[in-house]
Amino acid sequence: MRIVTVRRISQGFFLLLLLWFCLVSTVGVEWWQIRGWPVSWFLELDPLVALGTILSTHTLYRGLLWSLVTVGLTILLGRFFCSWVCPFGTIHHLVGFLGNRGKSLAARVASNRYRRGQRIKYYLLTFLLTAAAGNLMLGLVRIPAERPVLFAAGATALLLGGAAFALSRGAAIPRRYLALVPVLFGVWTGLGFALPAERVFLTSLQTGLLDPIPLVQRSLNLALLPVVGTATAPPRYYEGAWLIGTVFLAAVFANLWVPRFYCRFVCPLGAFMGVLGRFALWRIGRRSDECKGCQLCETACEGACEPTAEIRVSECVLCMNCVDSCRHDLMGYRTVRSASGERTSPDIGRRGLLLSFASGVAAIPMVRLSGLLGSNWNPGLIRPPGSLAEPDFLKRCIKCGQCMRICPTNIIHPAGMEGGLEGVWTPTLNFRIGRSGCQLRCVACGHLCPTGAIRPFTLDEKLGRKEFREAGPMRVGTAFVDQGRCLPWAMDRPCIVCQENCPVSPKAIFTREYYSTARDGILVVEGADPLTVFVTGGSLEPGRLATGDYYCTLVGGNEEPPRRIVDNTNHSVTVSPGSPWVHMPGRGSSIAIQVRLQRPYVDPALCTGCGICEHECPVSGKRAIRVSAENESRNRRHSLLPKGG
Amino acid sequence: MDRRDFLRRAAKAGISIAAAGSLSLWLHDRVGPGRGEEEGELVRVPDFSLPEIGRRIAIVTGTNRRETVGRAIEALGGMEVFIKKGDRVLLKVNAAFASPPTLSATTNPELLAEVAGLCLKAGAVSVAVSDNPINDPVSCFTLSGIAEAARSAGAKVMLPAEGAFRTTTVPGSTLLRGWPILWEPLRGITKLIGLAPVKNHHRSGASMAMKNWYGLLGGRRNIFHQDINTIIKDLALMVRPTLVILDGTTTMMTNGPTGGSLADLKQTNTMIVSTDQVAADACGATLLGMTPADLPFITRAAAAGIGTAEFESLRPVRLSVG
Repeated sequence: MRIVTVRRISQGFFLLLLLWFCLVSTVGVEWWQIRGWPVSWFLELDPLVALGTILSTHTLYRGLLWSLVTVGLTILLGRFFCSWVCPFGTIHHLVGFLGNRGKSLAARVASNRYRRGQRIKYYLLTFLLTAAAGNLMLGLVRIPAERPVLFAAGATALLLGGAAFALSRGAAIPRRYLALVPVLFGVWTGLGFALPAERVFLTSLQTGLLDPIPLVQRSLNLALLPVVGTATAPPRYYEGAWLIGTVFLAAVFANLWVPRFYCRFVCPLGAFMGVLGRFALWRIGRRSDECKGCQLCETACEGACEPTAEIRVSECVLCMNCVDSCRHDLMGYRTVRSASGERTSPDIGRRGLLLSFASGVAAIPMVRLSGLLGSNWNPGLIRPPGSLAEPDFLKRCIKCGQCMRICPTNIIHPAGMEGGLEGVWTPTLNFRIGRSGCQLRCVACGHLCPTGAIRPFTLDEKLGRKEFREAGPMRVGTAFVDQGRCLPWAMDRPCIVCQENCPVSPKAIFTREYYSTARDGILVVEGADPLTVFVTGGSLEPGRLATGDYYCTLVGGNEEPPRRIVDNTNHSVTVSPGSPWVHMPGRGSSIAIQVRLQRPYVDPALCTGCGICEHECPVSGKRAIRVSAENESRNRRHSLLPKGG
Repeated sequence: MDRRDFLRRAAKAGISIAAAGSLSLWLHDRVGPGRGEEEGELVRVPDFSLPEIGRRIAIVTGTNRRETVGRAIEALGGMEVFIKKGDRVLLKVNAAFASPPTLSATTNPELLAEVAGLCLKAGAVSVAVSDNPINDPVSCFTLSGIAEAARSAGAKVMLPAEGAFRTTTVPGSTLLRGWPILWEPLRGITKLIGLAPVKNHHRSGASMAMKNWYGLLGGRRNIFHQDINTIIKDLALMVRPTLVILDGTTTMMTNGPTGGSLADLKQTNTMIVSTDQVAADACGATLLGMTPADLPFITRAAAAGIGTAEFESLRPVRLSVG
């Protein structure tokens, strides 16, 4: 079998596998539902997810160990992932192939020539990794101040050792290098003491914006599958998903302009693998110099890596098209270096690298000037249960959309600007769109999160049972009654749907009874018997007061409880036989028709912010009870209660 | 340009104009859009009651639901009286919440399995189980154990899909006018049995057999809570079941209708089976420590002639098992 056929099978297999994993990310026990499917496997294979979180958290979370397989194979083989595994790459490959069909050989060769723009992806990688490494840099900058003895000793040893080495070799070391080392140490020391480093070096993991695996998974989860959908499942909505879909389609359509546009110019994972693969044992290359220069191999070169010239190893995606297309069998994947030479390092300049590094350092502190992690925090950003405190959350979330896809009630949504620029496409709860609130006995999101931004939690922890009794239930926020919109508060109409649906026991929403005198509800008495009062005017609508919610009481009378009305005619009001009038209203006195209201209150000590009340509130536009993130468990500083909530 | 070319072009232009003109005339709308949404054809829930059997009620005490419900149905003449060969039965459960059966917020799965089994044994060709829950439907049916119980008993669960709703207007009702109801499970059935637990309900006082029909409503049904007693009466007017089974084995005394804690429950060991839903609810009220008169929806349903609140007047069959 031809090597490219094997490649195509592999590509097809992994693309379908990803699609399958997205499809089965549905809560349920059928074989086509979540069960034990490793639905985050591609994200775990992704070494950029691993590296990013290592830089930001200094740990490698759970299944991310899988990335070791990819890293190991990439070091040995080169960027095999791009052309053999990466589902996003496969889509680009296919669309680029279709776009080049019917074009002349020369045009195809031209579309696959190396472009200087291909260095951009390395700069993007640098930028993203620098932003994720704020913590690490903070630690480095602080060494002179925190470990002065160690630092001084190390610096002296290095300087002396360097000098001794130079002297012993008798080598001529350019003077500026001799000066550079002490200057660097000087700057380091200065920064360590003078800079308010903890305000400058901040960590934010943003690799997920461009990392192809989170990107393609997010796009499938939030933009493509909800549109295509499955006939049996209820429809799913994602706020602002149009942008996710647009980015995806733009990346896909760009292949018609330049094949593998995303892979060549943008993909930070490809860039990372390009660097990783520089020592690869096997490489694509030319066997001998007897090339006829037909350029057939460049008509389908996926990486635009110039296989006929000095091959750019870091750009080569191992598509094997050159090996397959060379009619003279000159191209091979071998341990021997290419006969026409090779360039192992990416084509990047020091200035560009420095620029992207500096931007990466500067970006996060500038974004954080909005104060969203401090006193200007946005209570509209409601994180799923189990989410880490915001600074730690932003060190881990890769915006892959797994939590949003699995949520059985469809309440987890990609944030727009609720969490600031850093928080774009991170999960936030929206209780209006979904099918209910956060289900009391559901723990799905925490178990799917590949990076632990939402940590896996148990039902006991969520409900505050057993060993978690002391800590109480997990809260994502608190419900607030809007008394200006709530029917019993603002409009004298009974309701308490929120109280009915509050799932905790005892209910976090409780009511206080209030008898509100109806509009035009003061009636003058003409006469009475123990059950019926006759009133003047005859303006009552017959039966209107018989709903069970109307009561009447004597105006200015003694403190007897209001009596429930069971019926009325246009000039009489009959009360329940269970509570006849004791002191019958006299002629000329007045009775008040009252509606019995149960007005809802929220007990913040019991409310978990699940949002079921908000979802069910019959004031269906802007809800009369709404959850905001106050009192969320993940941040003590957002607590409403003096005692930890 | 020669003549032939001109004529050819003129002919093409003429055809284009004719096409545009006829399309416009064909699509022309003189009136403009109407006032509101089209409701489509109205549906009516058929009457599933069996007048020849009359109003009957059996109250069986005991802890084992399979035994108590079996004895109660037997006391009313056996399931064969209600379900004939070839009947297609719908069991309307209360699956409102994603809550485990131990918390008694939903219809007990064992009770459901027993009743479904009895229906099939009596000759029913199909038994469907349905509800339009408040929480996520799949979670509700799964967590409550209802899906599994239905499957094991040979009944089919029908989840409320988007297209499963049709508009109804209930004659004589106050509120149910042009409102969507869960129609798909009702389509083509010949018998309807309601299975509801006895629960405390802060707004209406109690959630029992009549309130259980709330789960047939679609749309933003919560607006009816403003007039809860009227809507329950209207629902009882809309649904004339073959039988209601009111499960008071464990009664939710507080924190209803969601419950959430075993502390909200009380063993009351009573199974009520009746052809009269008002009588069943009136009897159920006593389990909650209330009288039927305390619950306006009972009084109003009785006044509307749906059933009787004086359930003792039906001379209930009282039995005890275990």
